[in-house]
Amino acid sequence: MAGTTADRPDHSGPPRSADHPDGREPDAVRGAAHRRFNASPWNLLLLVPLVGVLIPSFYNKLDPTLGDMPFFYWYQLMWIPISVVLTIVVYKATRGER
Amino acid sequence: MSDVKTTELIVFLALFLLVTVLGFLASRWRRPESMEHLDEWGLGGRKFGPWITWFLLGGDLYTAYTFVAVPALIYGAGAAGFFAVPYTIVVYPMVFLVAPRLWSVSHRHGYVTPADFVRGRHGSSALALVIALTGILATMPYIALQLVGIEAVIKALGIDGSWPLWIAFAVLALYTYQSGLRAPALIAFVKDTLIYVVVIVAVIYIPTKLGGWGDIFAAANEKFESTPPPPEGPADGLILAPAAQLGYSTLALGSAMALFLYPHSLTSVLAARSRDTIKRNMAALPAYSFVLGLLALLGYMAIAAGVEPATNPLSGKPDNNTVVPLLFDQMFPDWFAGVAFAAIAIGALVPAAIMSIAAANLFTRNVFKEYIRKDASPALEAKVSKIASLVVKFGALLVIIAIDPQFSIDLQLIGGVVILQTLPALVLGLYTRWFHRWALIAGWAVGMVLGLSMLYNIANPLVGKEHFAGSQWALNRWGVDTDVTMYVGLIAVAANLLVALVGTAVLRAAKVPVGVDVTHETDYHVEAGDPGVEQMTADEGEAVGTGRSRG
Repeated sequence: MAGTTADRPDHSGPPRSADHPDGREPDAVRGAAHRRFNASPWNLLLLVPLVGVLIPSFYNKLDPTLGDMPFFYWYQLMWIPISVVLTIVVYKATRGER
Repeated sequence: MSDVKTTELIVFLALFLLVTVLGFLASRWRRPESMEHLDEWGLGGRKFGPWITWFLLGGDLYTAYTFVAVPALIYGAGAAGFFAVPYTIVVYPMVFLVAPRLWSVSHRHGYVTPADFVRGRHGSSALALVIALTGILATMPYIALQLVGIEAVIKALGIDGSWPLWIAFAVLALYTYQSGLRAPALIAFVKDTLIYVVVIVAVIYIPTKLGGWGDIFAAANEKFESTPPPPEGPADGLILAPAAQLGYSTLALGSAMALFLYPHSLTSVLAARSRDTIKRNMAALPAYSFVLGLLALLGYMAIAAGVEPATNPLSGKPDNNTVVPLLFDQMFPDWFAGVAFAAIAIGALVPAAIMSIAAANLFTRNVFKEYIRKDASPALEAKVSKIASLVVKFGALLVIIAIDPQFSIDLQLIGGVVILQTLPALVLGLYTRWFHRWALIAGWAVGMVLGLSMLYNIANPLVGKEHFAGSQWALNRWGVDTDVTMYVGLIAVAANLLVALVGTAVLRAAKVPVGVDVTHETDYHVEAGDPGVEQMTADEGEAVGTGRSRG
């Protein structure tokens, strides 16, 4: 899992001391307003883990066990990798969108 | 001094010495031209990349107390204690959407604290003060709890007295003072590595000594079956009682909503280099949740191993928080028990440092600069914050030494409910400017009063507590004919929100001035490197923000 944070180099911005002429700033900022923001339907995938683990009547039982572990425990642990995969999918799909 | 465990102590001290050296060296790590600025001392230069952020946030959110208290809950109550798993599953998808907006607007305007943002967005220094004081109030007992974690380990090493705690905290205070957020960021590498090693070894090694998972769950089931059913006995079991299900999911959801409202979580978020860094971390941080889930099951291993909790000398009652150190002591060879104890103690130092920095930043930016010295220079801000961090830690230490540790556990329970009341101003404020500043203050006040009075009125006769005996509210106390319980924090924040909605509608209809919003919609989407982001310091940020025409 840790690998996902390192699998590509981070893009770094210009150094802090970079000199931006203030005059061109409002135009550049306003230009960004034409983009669609945060409204990607991919984000709906992020709701899936909430449904998966926030309704205990789905999983509040002992059987079936997995390697002697009652269902209640392995079911919820299983949602950790699922939520990771879903988050990565949304991350990749919405990359570049803001 | 009772029998000191020499091998464990030597390993423990060696690791403690290592992180102390790292803590002081941290001030030279990615050395800035000057540390005399809150962006440097308080946010580590605001340029931590994905790896450092992963260790820092992991070290920050998964505290030593979590590692001690969650297995203790499982040990005592069974399934109900496993709420930590759904809690840490649902938190990241939610934060994935919200935190990048806060990062962007904060970097655009040079905000250091969440209250800075609230002030800029809602145009109200009164609301910002409320948010800042709520944050400090919720953070203080959390710092104290970290000390409880260190104390438990020191006791397990066989050392009596409070002087080791004084030394540990003096060392922590000094390197935090010198290195700021860089110290916990560097130490977090050691902390998280140790925690991973200890937990992975524990969940592989201990079950083999106890006859496997089947025997462990069977032993736990036997213990829970042997207690009388409620109301005579505790509501325990390998699965939840039907009436406890809503309480389980509302506690998980409410805790998840609270986690990233805590000032120390947001400090680590704002210290990240880019939006992208935060988003990636939301996919990578669940690795810690997996560790936490496995670690929770140590509670059952302690049952199977026959561990009995040690008695708390102050309260005279058995303290379940001692079962994990006792289990390690009993199951591991001495040298590895020393590693495990060091993992817990260092796991307390990292969040304690970040929390004290976060609380100090709130004081500096939203109390000192706002009300005492409006013209404070960045250097003076850094100075004030450094001193405030010392005061905060010293206060927490006094609470632990002078008062029953149970008190700080009660306070932390309150802290979760309290910090949730900042959600409308902070999180909804990231999305909409519709809410009125006075309605948000009114909603906060209602949420606080309701939440605190509910917590005060929760009793548990089984443990002999009349007040603050948990965070589950029995709905039948409102005349609903049911056994179902619900998390107090979620009820209180719902009331908060209702008041904010109605209040805003009324105040807007009455045309009460809404205050000036210095942020612009585009500010919530900027990324590192965009115009006006990278080169900005706090004061320039405010100037540009206020100077821009409104859209």
